[in-house]
Amino acid sequence: MPKVADFETALTPTWCPGCGNHAMWRALKETLEELELPWTDFAMVWGIGCHGNGADFFRCQGFHSLHGRALPVATGIALSNPDLKVIVEMGDGDGYGIGGNHFIHSVRRNIDMTAIFHNNQIYGLTTGQASPTSDQFMKTPSTPGGVIEEPVNPVGVAVAQGATFVARGFAGDIPHLKELYKAAIQHEGFAVVDVFQPCVTWNKMNTFKWFRDRVYKLEELEGYDVTDRTMAFETSMKTFHELTCAPDECKVPIGIFYREEGAATYQDDLPQLKAPLYKLAEKPRDISKTLESYGG
Amino acid sequence: MATQKTVSATGNAVVADAMRQCKPDVMAAYPITPQTTIVEEFAGFVAKGRVHTEYVTVESEHSAMSACVGASAAGARVMTATSSQGLALMWEELHVASGMRLPIVMANANRALSAPINIHCDHGDAMGARDAGWVMLFAETAQEAYDNTIMATRIAENPAVLLPVMSCLDGFITTHSIDRVDVLDDESVAEFVGEYAPQNALLDIDQPVTHGAFAGLGGPFFEFKRAQRDAMERSREVISSVGAEYSELSGRPFGAVESWGMEDADVAIVVIGSTAGNVRHVARQLRAEGVKAGIVKVRVFRPFPYAELAAALSGVKAVAVLDRAESFGAEGGPLFLEVRSALYDAETRVPVAGYIYGLGGSDVRLELIERVYSDLSDIAAGTAQPGGFVYLGAR
Ligand SMILES: Cc1ncc(C[n+]2csc(CCOP(=O)(O)OP(=O)(O)O)c2C)c(N)n1
Ligand code: SF4
Ligand SMILES: [Mg+2]
Repeated sequence: MPKVADFETALTPTWCPGCGNHAMWRALKETLEELELPWTDFAMVWGIGCHGNGADFFRCQGFHSLHGRALPVATGIALSNPDLKVIVEMGDGDGYGIGGNHFIHSVRRNIDMTAIFHNNQIYGLTTGQASPTSDQFMKTPSTPGGVIEEPVNPVGVAVAQGATFVARGFAGDIPHLKELYKAAIQHEGFAVVDVFQPCVTWNKMNTFKWFRDRVYKLEELEGYDVTDRTMAFETSMKTFHELTCAPDECKVPIGIFYREEGAATYQDDLPQLKAPLYKLAEKPRDISKTLESYGG
Repeated sequence: MATQKTVSATGNAVVADAMRQCKPDVMAAYPITPQTTIVEEFAGFVAKGRVHTEYVTVESEHSAMSACVGASAAGARVMTATSSQGLALMWEELHVASGMRLPIVMANANRALSAPINIHCDHGDAMGARDAGWVMLFAETAQEAYDNTIMATRIAENPAVLLPVMSCLDGFITTHSIDRVDVLDDESVAEFVGEYAPQNALLDIDQPVTHGAFAGLGGPFFEFKRAQRDAMERSREVISSVGAEYSELSGRPFGAVESWGMEDADVAIVVIGSTAGNVRHVARQLRAEGVKAGIVKVRVFRPFPYAELAAALSGVKAVAVLDRAESFGAEGGPLFLEVRSALYDAETRVPVAGYIYGLGGSDVRLELIERVYSDLSDIAAGTAQPGGFVYLGAR
């Protein structure tokens, strides 16, 4: 079973010092070690963005796809080998903007895989333009007059679209993030993990301190029921677009918003996956006997 | 009379400035390296009130070109910019823009296409779109990128043309290097490009029209395409007259092909984009050593200037074509194919050697160009034949 150090490559991560991606990288490596997943049992897929540069820093079976197209690539992998655990890493621009349609349809399909979103409310790799989760009115080089639109509410969208596992983490709390990762990878169905990942270089608003002053854990909230979809939706609506408010005015929940066990996955409903092609092709069969019966 | 000031600026900065001077009604764009700073500069002009443009930040290039198509069909002057994967993602809409005869102007910062991922210069993105029905201009320098943007607006909107124009500049080499550029005053550019008078605009409520309606079996699809071909052919004349007028305004020459040393050249290199500078430098040195070296730079790729090219190359003993793009399975790169075809009707058959170079920003060192000229001298002397598929400088 691979250990944390085994996941590392010859390359040192090129993420900026202090970037939330370092913490997410560590959390995932530790999770994989603790889950004792053999190399052969999982595959990772990345989109394009700072998050996607992780493809160079993770030694595993992986595919670095195109900007916005990680989920369809992962879908192909998951369906051709349904025994693989597929883990997909995307950015907020990547997964909720240019690839947003794939997000909705993957939720709808409840395809068994884990989707991790590095949500830094910015386009990091292209140097700091507003993303679909940037707060309204935020000023960036692409929006010097301020963002006009309301941000995407990824948790709310997933819950409303019938997702069977929706969680939100914070790169500033690695132990907590690892618990979310474990639950998501073990979940059977499409697991959404939106992670607040401060971009220390380009997003000067949503910093580590900003989140530390505001996040609280749903599991510590009295009466919170993770099997109550309406409650999950209401909770997501209360908090998603208040990223500019003062710490005492708004709190931002992290943790598991919603979870439904036992729902049929997309894989469950594809009869051909009961005996996938890769298994049928596993052993070459000796057909000389059959040929003999035709006279050699 | 036009006044000009000399600035030191990147290619992207002067392209953004040229766009501002052309006063588009709408710009819709999505960031991608190395195009990003064109749009960021432009967004700054909008925010400061230096241009009154509806500037839309969309969620992908597919949406960007779709928004441009919608705005242009509505009768607006529309501009955008992209690169590489962004251009690839626009592919559907590129054909809609040309098929609906929408004179959109787009800057393309030439960058390699995935996979594997690479952010540096080659022409694979633009060459992949060469049959999309857009007029295509290429710049060697930031100056040409600036000039081409202004001319593109006039060419696209000419009623005899009405085709979208892609104005290409080399990623990083031209987009991000600081260069010396002469910039025209705002009024002269405004006067040169004029007001856009749209035809069949959706916003003309007295004359309601539909764009893009079904033209299937038995419908006029075939004739639409021929009309597009005719417009592209007419654009040759328009490009040359707009170029002449612009030369008068700016004092800078313009040609669909631009030659150096071709009056008496024995050996010539045909090239597109920033590498023309490297080639000219080497040719100049070789001339000092007595080699009659020349260079032909192609500035307009669509419509391809085959007559001008054939004329420029008449009398040479050997030609090399440098392609910064592949056309896998073809006899050579896209430029090679065009050049060889342009020479087919020449009275004497000239040997043409094809070279692929600089893909994904791989270094274009002067020794490589020297090697090409040296190969050409051997071919011209009859001691060597053009070798197929040379990957210049590949390890
Ligand atoms: C089709 C396409 N358009 C644009 C780009 C340029 N691009 C690369 S990453 C990126 C945005 C990155 O933002 P996000 O997805 O939030 O990831 P982050 O860098 O913040 O991790 C963009 C626009 C691209 N690679 N492909
Ligand atoms: S730009 Fe932002 S997201 Fe990208 S590595 Fe640096 S801090 Fe992290
Ligand atoms: Mg981001």
